[in-house]
Parts: sequence; structure tokens; C-alpha cells
Amino acid sequence: MSAEELIEDFSFLETWEERFRLIVEMGRELEPMDPADKVDANRMLGCQSRVWITCRPTDENPPRLHFVGDSDAQIVKGLIAVVFEVYNDQTPQTILDTDIRALFAELGLANHLTPSRANGLNSMVERIRAFAAE
Amino acid sequence: MKTTTLDRAAALRADFPILARKIGGRRLVYLDNGATSQKPEPVIRTLDDYYRFHNANVHRGAHTLSEEATTLYEQARLHIARFINAPSDTQVIYTSGTTESINLVANTWGRANLGPGDEVLITEMEHHSNIVPWHILRDQLGFTLRYVPVTDDGLLDEDALDDLLTERTKLFSFIHVSNVLGTVNPAAELTARAHAVGAKVLIDGAQSVPHMPVDVQALDADFLVFSGHKMCGPTGIGVLYGKRELLEAMPPFKGGGEMIRDVKMSGSTWADLPHKFEAGTPPIAQAIGLGAAVEYLTGIGMAWVHEHEQELLAYAYPRLGEIEGLRILGPGPTRRSGLISFILDDVHPHDLAAVLDQAGVAVRAGHHCAQPLHDRFGISASARASFYLYNTPEEVDILCAALEKAQDIFAF
Repeated sequence: MSAEELIEDFSFLETWEERFRLIVEMGRELEPMDPADKVDANRMLGCQSRVWITCRPTDENPPRLHFVGDSDAQIVKGLIAVVFEVYNDQTPQTILDTDIRALFAELGLANHLTPSRANGLNSMVERIRAFAAE
Repeated sequence: MKTTTLDRAAALRADFPILARKIGGRRLVYLDNGATSQKPEPVIRTLDDYYRFHNANVHRGAHTLSEEATTLYEQARLHIARFINAPSDTQVIYTSGTTESINLVANTWGRANLGPGDEVLITEMEHHSNIVPWHILRDQLGFTLRYVPVTDDGLLDEDALDDLLTERTKLFSFIHVSNVLGTVNPAAELTARAHAVGAKVLIDGAQSVPHMPVDVQALDADFLVFSGHKMCGPTGIGVLYGKRELLEAMPPFKGGGEMIRDVKMSGSTWADLPHKFEAGTPPIAQAIGLGAAVEYLTGIGMAWVHEHEQELLAYAYPRLGEIEGLRILGPGPTRRSGLISFILDDVHPHDLAAVLDQAGVAVRAGHHCAQPLHDRFGISASARASFYLYNTPEEVDILCAALEKAQDIFAF
């Protein structure tokens, strides 16, 4: 699914409740994370929920970055799925060139991606971009 | 339920302009008072008036504005002293809040009185602000930090106190009202038991002073600490109350202007209480604002505030208990204050808070700066609804309806 398709999906949803239900649904379809990967080294800082992320580059040139992520909170997990729709299996350059904040704003989710350390999502996006910059 | 406190609470709401706000088109239901309270008109007006008409630095200038600012600043101290029944306003030290007050005691009284072989006793239900300063100090001074355990029903294990309070105990520092469990600890009794072995007592009143009458002399507290912003006052201002002989013997915390008697090239001597602990330009407007908050609360009556919150608790506790899969942390409704932390089966507290926010309901979600306590109960986070003088039973109903909606959204 591309960013455009996401925006189209969300545009049919009129209430926050419907948006939440779709986000939760997306979270449930996320690729499962190996419990062994849920360690502090893969964990984002956030005091309300726990967020983990791993990154494996492919052998291609340039490589594509494959991310797996998880959270113990369902909305955060769904938001991870939204982020992955755009970032997962893309080249580092594409990731660095993509403005996820603009997408979140368009989806009416901007308040979930604030610099507040509350939900760990912001640090996850920072981590993804750091992976891409390496 | 009596209608008296409820009618009055409904009327008091008009004093708090922010309560008229809409969140996403819905009325704001503010139930995060344990984190910070909202501010009434008299406090907002006092801050505005101060900056419009009286702003100047205190205790310095020989000009009219400085004298006015100083008078207001010191009058506020008097109001605060009366509010907690301190023997003298010179025993009320302005700090930035509870956290700084505890750090001040740790770094002055603690450094002067603690070393290897000594023990500081805290409890498993402390806020991080009453844990971390002691961790830091212990690592530097080599004393032992011990914890009073918490029982499964969220009370302090008072039987364990017999073994924990010994002649090695130099300080017993405990939370008066738990910010997570709502437990009201028997502060006077705990203080007497600590005094019996010669220990000093610090009471963390962050969640008690805003919500019930607190009398430092009746408690016989050596130190009482609290924050202004949780009791209708501004942020950035709090209080350390201490017994005179302790405060006088304590070295200063921070050095700078205002806190000295004399400064020579060879050394300095300190000003009298309370100024010895108030280096630099203090939070003047905030202190005056806290004075206005204390006057506001005194006008309402702290006994009334307490009674009202107990009525709300008596209404909310069984209502929340009716929700399937909801578990309330802490003791039953008779030994707690007006805050309720809970977990809902299969719904993460963060998810709950996000849904409640959409419904206009503000609650706290997370570990509430009390990780050891959450570890004790084997959970990583909880949600907390905390009441204040302006909350009403209808708001409890809105909370319950929103919780049921959250269950529906997250159900598998």
C-alpha cells in the first residue's frame, strides 16, 4: 500500500472511532516480531508504552531496509504499521526523502507523532531515519 | 449521596476558565489532577496583576515596586505557613516543587548526617522523586537504603516496620498519599514510630496537601514537601517545610545572591531562614500565585475539598468496579484518596488514554513515575483518574462510558 492509498483509505473514515479501528486492524496484520528481539537494545524510549524495532538490510545495491516492529499498546502498534507502509523495504535514500510527518498530518494522526516522549513513536521514526543514514 | 458538596462543586467550576474548553467538540472532563490541577480565576488574576502592576526583584531595591513585590512575596509565605499550620513563616522554604524540596533535604541534611552504617528508610510506593535522590546520595555516601514493603491490597506493611525501623535508621521518608494506589498512609502514626527510634521524618505531601487538611504540628513532621501546581497554583513553585532546629543546622543547598549575610574574599556567611535556602532571584510571581491558590483553597475549606473528593470516590469506585475486566489498584474505598488507578483486561493503558482523549476525558497513563511499585504488582503501566474539587459525578459517568467504548474498540 502506498501513502496515496493510505490517505484514500483514511479519507472514507469520518469518525475518530473508525480511524482507531482501522489503525488497530493494521497493527494486528503487522509481521510478528521474534520475542528474542524484544530486548533493550531494540527498544525506544517512551514512558507510556513499549516499542521495539529491528532493521535488516537486503544484499541489493542499494540495499532495501526491512523493518520489524512491535508495541504492547495496540494504537502504537497500528501506527508502526502506518509508518512501515511507507518506509518498509525501501532504499535508504527513499526513506530519507519521505516526510512521514506530512503523511501523519494528512491522515489526521499528527498528534501521535509529537516530540513528546510519551509513546515512543517519534523515537522510532528517528531510529528508522538513523538506520537509513548509516 | 448528599447533594451539598456536589452543588457547590458545580458552582466552583465557574472559577476555572479552562473547564469550559471543548476537546474535539466534546466537553473537557479533566481527571488528571494528580499530575497537575487547573487554575482558578483568582490565581490567574493575581499573576496578571503582579506582572501588570508590581513586578520587581524582591529584597533588593529601595523603590516602591520592589517593596510591593517583596510584601506580596512574603505575604504569600505567611498564607502558606498558616495553611499547613507551620509555627513560623520562616520555616516555609520556597523551592521549585516537591522534587527540589526532597533533593534539598538529601543534599544538605543528608550530606551532613548520613554515612556508612546509617540507613534511610523509604517505601515501595514512593514516587521516583523520593527514590532517585536517595539512590544518588547512597552511591556517594555509602549508607543503606531500605524499603517498607507494600501489601497485596496496597497498604504499607506496618508489621515489617518493627524490623525496618532501628537505631540505624536516620531518616524515614514516605509518601503521605500514594500517587498510584491512592493509599492514605497513617502519617502521624508512622512519624511517631520513626521518632521512637530517633529517626527524622520527611513526608511527601504532593498528593495530600492539595486534597485534605494537613497540619505539620499535628503530624510532628520534621520535613513536609509539596508542589504548588497540584493545588491550584502555578508550576515552578513548591515548598519545603522543616523544623526550625533542623533547618538552622543545615548548610545551604545552592550558593548565590540573596542567601548570604556577608561575602568576603576569604568566605561567606549565610542569611537567616528562610533566605539561606533561596539563592538567586526566586520564582516571585509563582510564589505570589501559590499564595493566592492557598487563599482560594482556604476560602473553600480543605475539609470540604476532602469530603467532596471522598463523595466522588464513593460514587466512582463501585461504578468502575462494575466494568467487566477492570481491576482497581490499591486499597478499598475507605483508606484512599480521590484517585483511582486501574488496568483493563486486554487494553493497554496508553490505548485507553488515547480513546478517552477522543471522548474529551483527560487521564494519566503510564507508570506514573513509580516503576518499582508497578514492578511490585507485576504490571508495566496503569491508567489513573484523579479528582479535584471541581469534578462531578456526571464526569465519572462520562469516564465509564468512554471506558466501555475503549473495550469495544480493542476487543478481539
